[in-house]
Amino acid sequence: MSDPSRSGGTGANTASSARGADSYYAQPIIKAPHWKAYIPGYFFFGGLAGGATTLAGSARRSGHDALAHRLQLVATGALAVSPILLIKDLGRPRRFVNMLRVAKPTSPMSMGTWILSAASASTGSAAALSATSRLPRVRSVLEAASAALGPPLATYTGALVAQSVVPAWHDARRELPLLFAASSAASASGVGVIVCAPSEAGPARRLGIAAGIAEVAVAAVMNRRLGPLVGQPYREGRAGSYARAARVSALAGSATLAIGGRRRVVAAAGGALLLAGSWCERFAVFHAGRQSAQDPRATSLPQRERATSRAQT
Amino acid sequence: MTPADAHDTYGTRARERVGFFTDTSICIGCKACEVACKEWNLVPEDGLAFTGFSYDNTVELSANSWRHVAFIEQSAEVGLAPNMAPERGDVPQADFRWLMESDVCKHCTHAGCLDVCPTGAILRTEFGTVVIQDDVCNGCGYCVTGCPFGVISIREIAHDGGAHKCTLCYDRLRGDLEPACAKACPTGSIQFGPLDELRARARGRVADLRDAGHTNARLYLASDDDGVGGAGAFFLLLDEPEVYGLPPDPVVPTRHLRSMWAWAAAAAAALAAASRIAAGGRR
Amino acid sequence: MGTSFGRGGATDFQQDLAESDCILIMGSNMAENHPVGFQWVMEAKARGATVFHADPRFTRTSAMADRYVPLRAGSDIAFLGGIVHYILEHERWFDEYVKAYTNAPVLIKDGYADTEDLDGFFCGWDAEKGAYDSTAWEYAGTSMKSAAGQRSQGGVRGNQAGHGGAAGDFASGDAPELDETLQDPRCVFQLLRKHYQRYTPEMVEQVCGTPKADFERLCEALCDASGRERTGAFVYAVGLTQHTTGVQTIRTAAIMQLLLGNIGRPGGGIMAMRGHASIQGSTDIPTLYDILPGYLPMPHAAAHDVLADYVETNAAPNGFWGNMDRYIVSLLKAYWGEHATAENDYAFGYLPRITGDHSVYQTMLDALDGKVRGYFILGENPAVGSANGKLHRRAMANLEWLVVRDFSLIESATFWKDGPEVETGEMAPDAIATEVFFLPAAAHTEKEGTFTNTQRMLQWRDKAVEPTGDQRSELWFAYHLGRRIRDKLAASTEARDEPIQRLTWDYPTSGPLDEPDAAAVLREINGWNAQHDPLASFTDLAADGSTACGCWIYCGVYKDGVNQAARRKPHWEQNRFALEWAWAWPANRRLLYNRASADPEGHPWSERKKLTWWDDAQGKWVGDDVPDFELTKPPSYRPAPDARAQDAIAGDKPFVMQADGRGWIFAPAGIIDGPLPTHYEPHESPVRNPLYGQATNPTRQQYQRPENPYNPSRGAPGASSYPYVVTSYRLTEHHTAGAMTRTLPYLSELQPELFCEVSPALAAERRLRHGEWATIITARAAIEARVMVTDRIAPLQVDGRTSHVVALPYHWGYEGLSKGDAVNDLFALALDANVHIQEVKAASCDIRPGRRPRGAARPALVDSYPRTEAREGREAQ
Repeated sequence: MSDPSRSGGTGANTASSARGADSYYAQPIIKAPHWKAYIPGYFFFGGLAGGATTLAGSARRSGHDALAHRLQLVATGALAVSPILLIKDLGRPRRFVNMLRVAKPTSPMSMGTWILSAASASTGSAAALSATSRLPRVRSVLEAASAALGPPLATYTGALVAQSVVPAWHDARRELPLLFAASSAASASGVGVIVCAPSEAGPARRLGIAAGIAEVAVAAVMNRRLGPLVGQPYREGRAGSYARAARVSALAGSATLAIGGRRRVVAAAGGALLLAGSWCERFAVFHAGRQSAQDPRATSLPQRERATSRAQT
Repeated sequence: MTPADAHDTYGTRARERVGFFTDTSICIGCKACEVACKEWNLVPEDGLAFTGFSYDNTVELSANSWRHVAFIEQSAEVGLAPNMAPERGDVPQADFRWLMESDVCKHCTHAGCLDVCPTGAILRTEFGTVVIQDDVCNGCGYCVTGCPFGVISIREIAHDGGAHKCTLCYDRLRGDLEPACAKACPTGSIQFGPLDELRARARGRVADLRDAGHTNARLYLASDDDGVGGAGAFFLLLDEPEVYGLPPDPVVPTRHLRSMWAWAAAAAAALAAASRIAAGGRR
Repeated sequence: MGTSFGRGGATDFQQDLAESDCILIMGSNMAENHPVGFQWVMEAKARGATVFHADPRFTRTSAMADRYVPLRAGSDIAFLGGIVHYILEHERWFDEYVKAYTNAPVLIKDGYADTEDLDGFFCGWDAEKGAYDSTAWEYAGTSMKSAAGQRSQGGVRGNQAGHGGAAGDFASGDAPELDETLQDPRCVFQLLRKHYQRYTPEMVEQVCGTPKADFERLCEALCDASGRERTGAFVYAVGLTQHTTGVQTIRTAAIMQLLLGNIGRPGGGIMAMRGHASIQGSTDIPTLYDILPGYLPMPHAAAHDVLADYVETNAAPNGFWGNMDRYIVSLLKAYWGEHATAENDYAFGYLPRITGDHSVYQTMLDALDGKVRGYFILGENPAVGSANGKLHRRAMANLEWLVVRDFSLIESATFWKDGPEVETGEMAPDAIATEVFFLPAAAHTEKEGTFTNTQRMLQWRDKAVEPTGDQRSELWFAYHLGRRIRDKLAASTEARDEPIQRLTWDYPTSGPLDEPDAAAVLREINGWNAQHDPLASFTDLAADGSTACGCWIYCGVYKDGVNQAARRKPHWEQNRFALEWAWAWPANRRLLYNRASADPEGHPWSERKKLTWWDDAQGKWVGDDVPDFELTKPPSYRPAPDARAQDAIAGDKPFVMQADGRGWIFAPAGIIDGPLPTHYEPHESPVRNPLYGQATNPTRQQYQRPENPYNPSRGAPGASSYPYVVTSYRLTEHHTAGAMTRTLPYLSELQPELFCEVSPALAAERRLRHGEWATIITARAAIEARVMVTDRIAPLQVDGRTSHVVALPYHWGYEGLSKGDAVNDLFALALDANVHIQEVKAASCDIRPGRRPRGAARPALVDSYPRTEAREGREAQ
């Protein structure tokens, strides 16, 4: 109700409105997601796990065993946190197992649940076997599975939010999976350069530099394509603040790694920046969705344009 | 959903698709639908708050309001109703009006809530309606973001935590009774019946209204070609949908399902490739 | 309506509105307050009728109407009188109907003088008594009196006009002097023309603020819906009646409908929309002090020592009121059975007598003066629902005991601890000696019995569930209270206890609660003959003690021993009158005076508006409804000179309850404040009366006492402190004083707070902000409400200045889930003299932004009015 030409509502001048008003007392048309901060938190940890298993797989192939092993442990930890966050967000936490009643391709959340479950099972078992050094062949099969599940784990959440009626999410459906992939890669790389000496962390350092830049670039493309109205939340309010913080952190992280990544302390600083950037990116997207849903015009105006242009053809 | 789909699922138990035709041109804003719905479905009271939105203190559809009557006071200019100002008494009456509309879950043919529900709690009934099974729903809230009309929400009160919306009185339908809101409506603004019949009746009504000078009268969600494949609950409106708080061209989010997964797959592939490249060859 | 047509009930039934060609809804918010009946208005509209809504507010009814016509609250007679003027000026009356069926041709006594002659008074005004001597308004050549109506005890307040029919003291069933050409200056028609000659559209615009174009469009539509082929209906509710001119406003509508030929015809009529379930029933079998069941007058101590006196002064020689002896004797037989005999005057002496005004407001004032010891409140809530609530709360605090029966602890049961006066320090709980007994009541689902609805229809309702806890039905309460009193008095030898000892009080009871049998009560109301067989019709009643009947107009409801009110044959299995759905008085007729749907010769006026007509072959009246006429009396019937009662009514006179069989455009008797309705300003009004020197209704009842202060009005010193009109109304979401709805969560959330509707212009003038608070002030009270600034309220130009209205729904009080200040606290006791109704639809007030003060500062704010300019200046600094 910042627009004084719009009428209605407590705080407005009158209960009456002019003919041609474009909303109902400036009330939202769609519902804002009721999710709490657990969900962007999960996006971060789930993404971290997805990025970590992916990079661990690549590192194992390229012989960076120390990095691979430590990333596996990090992924295991992140995967342990993830379901806790998800269950805490449920309105009825005791019924979390109902998620496994069905497998629905139309529901990214359903598919994601299965991906997360499989990734948790494979990664956790692989880590356990690795700790006990038993059944090496089974372990390598599990590790391969874990690595293969990493990319979908890292990106399905992008599809999950895009598969909604929230304009700032749905209209960004092309970019969001990629943004989340970059964010995951950045966070995993960030942890990688922290937990390993620079001599062992080459893949993480290189991926981190690229991921930080990619994250900023994808966000920029997304913003541009969304345009001034639908993209507005990524520039304003809490989402805007998070988005700016994410951009600064990611760029700074990449730059730090590129310039001084071979020194342990500097690398750790760069990694921390990448982690912070990834964290902020998730919260930026999350809040952008809430803000977008609360603005009736973000929903109605593009639809109105679409309907009008359809009527004209 | 076409009736054929219902037969796929329910076989011979499938019934004729039913729904609501809400004719807002004869809604008197009595809110009997809201009360009858809450009484029958035991939907809780969710707060005593004065809004100043004309006579609307319900504000929206939600887990705790399955019918919502919108009140729209419209004049040509804000702050002055010219027809009622004596110095301009010759201005036609049509310059001021008070629109009322009883909103409800649309029971879409392509229902976003049903598509995205990860537990299977939301199902299509043998009547073609969309119902949440309360004993299955775990309150994940994904359906909340899947509805183009903002119908569903999570009931945060009464230690509930589940998602709720209109069931089109599924229990009453199974007992061969009409839904509570339609039963309570005194003017026939809410009409219940087989969807095909309702659509035919509605088309006639629009024609009559247009003849009577309501040139803006139109049906909303009565076509199989729209973004939700037509709705089980459709409306006769006297102005643009936005005025009533309805989206002008709603589209079910799963319409872009394939491309969505394709973009996600591409992003996943990019991540895998980037990771591989970053790791380089075997050292 | 009783005065105009003979019966005090709606002339039509709501379903018949669908047959109308034009509907004027005025002083009624039918869509909001009668949403179920309103479907028939919507049906009429769908069939092509034009619907008008005339009201100070644009409501949900206006939204559904074809056209909304604004007017200032309290200017209804000027508005309707303007319509009458328009009809006469443009020669649009239904000439044949008016000449044959109304008293337009009747000559009035020489010497009659109109308000036009006397600047707002009629002849016969006695300034000392503050009352009219209505003999000056009589028909030429007669001496008039009302039947179930007024008597002349020298201006004693508390007479009973307005409830029933009226009679004339002339022999042959018609007025002695007539001018069928309507040209004689002494005839009613010419008097009417003169009376309304200045009620022009321009004057209507000046008095009511109604734009002339809107008004003329309405008049034209009404006139178009008149004549043989077309009819129009008039719908009203308490927006017209709760004024000091309430009865006369309805009279104006009656005149309009008689001129247009709309009474007794399909799609015509006057629908009185009642405000509560069975409010019609509560006047038929009254909860009023001045009438007995069936609108029989209560005997008066000064005039009615014996039955013969009573019948002599009240019965009419002509029309059905001519049989009053049969009605009263049958009633006395129902009350006292075998103890009512010809020897003891049928126990007429047992009936209580009235001595003056014992109406509810007078009784409360008596309580204030310590003259009333105990009080029962059943289904009322005076602490919130009555005008000047503070006066009522103080009165109740002065009682020895008070019994409140309701669903919950209503404000009237808790005033002594939760009332606003406790908060302000004006009353202290420990200083109030009233012993309050709260008795929980059973809900309508927990008891059986009948409701009599707005269209005089008795509908039986079964019990769905047993009442729980201490909840009991009204019937249980009344019966067992009576039984216990009788037990206590059983041994008494005092003569004064005889009426109670001998009362017929033998209803069968059943069940664990000893619930009396409601059907047995209905059988007694219907009545029986000497063999105890149920009667079929009130025409079977006798004056010799051989019949008993609890309410003569309900006679027939238990015809053939069948509970006719419990019939539920669906409408699709019968004609549109649905005569086999429940039962309507009189004699199951749904559309009253339907003899008027045929022309004087008995032929339908038109095929389209056919309803009841004379069938020569069968020698009787036929049609879809029960004919409201003696079935076999032909149109050609002319009474013999010595005929009496209904035999004195000619075959072409449809208003069979009236002494002359005519609808009364001019009321020669039966009404206190004038034979023709006249525009008077409300008791409290910011503006002068542009029409007459006499600004207000001279007969209105005022109570000049400190507990009931009045705002200065019309330019008197201090009047400018109350510059706005205040009016009260109802919302769909709540019922009356709110006891049944503010206690329910589902209704409370729909309208959770008291608000005031004001126009954007008034909001700007007084700096009121939408959604925030405002304080409304009169000489009685200061209350607070949320502000609803809306274009639905329009400022009007009245008498050269802008008139603003503050509109308040009166549902709130200090108990329940949804609480708020009581709007009726604002209003004063200023009453219509005919029926003692309070004026709460128009008064004056002030409004200012912000919440009202708390504690002692609240009465201090009220006392600071009227505000002098010096005081205003000081406060501004």
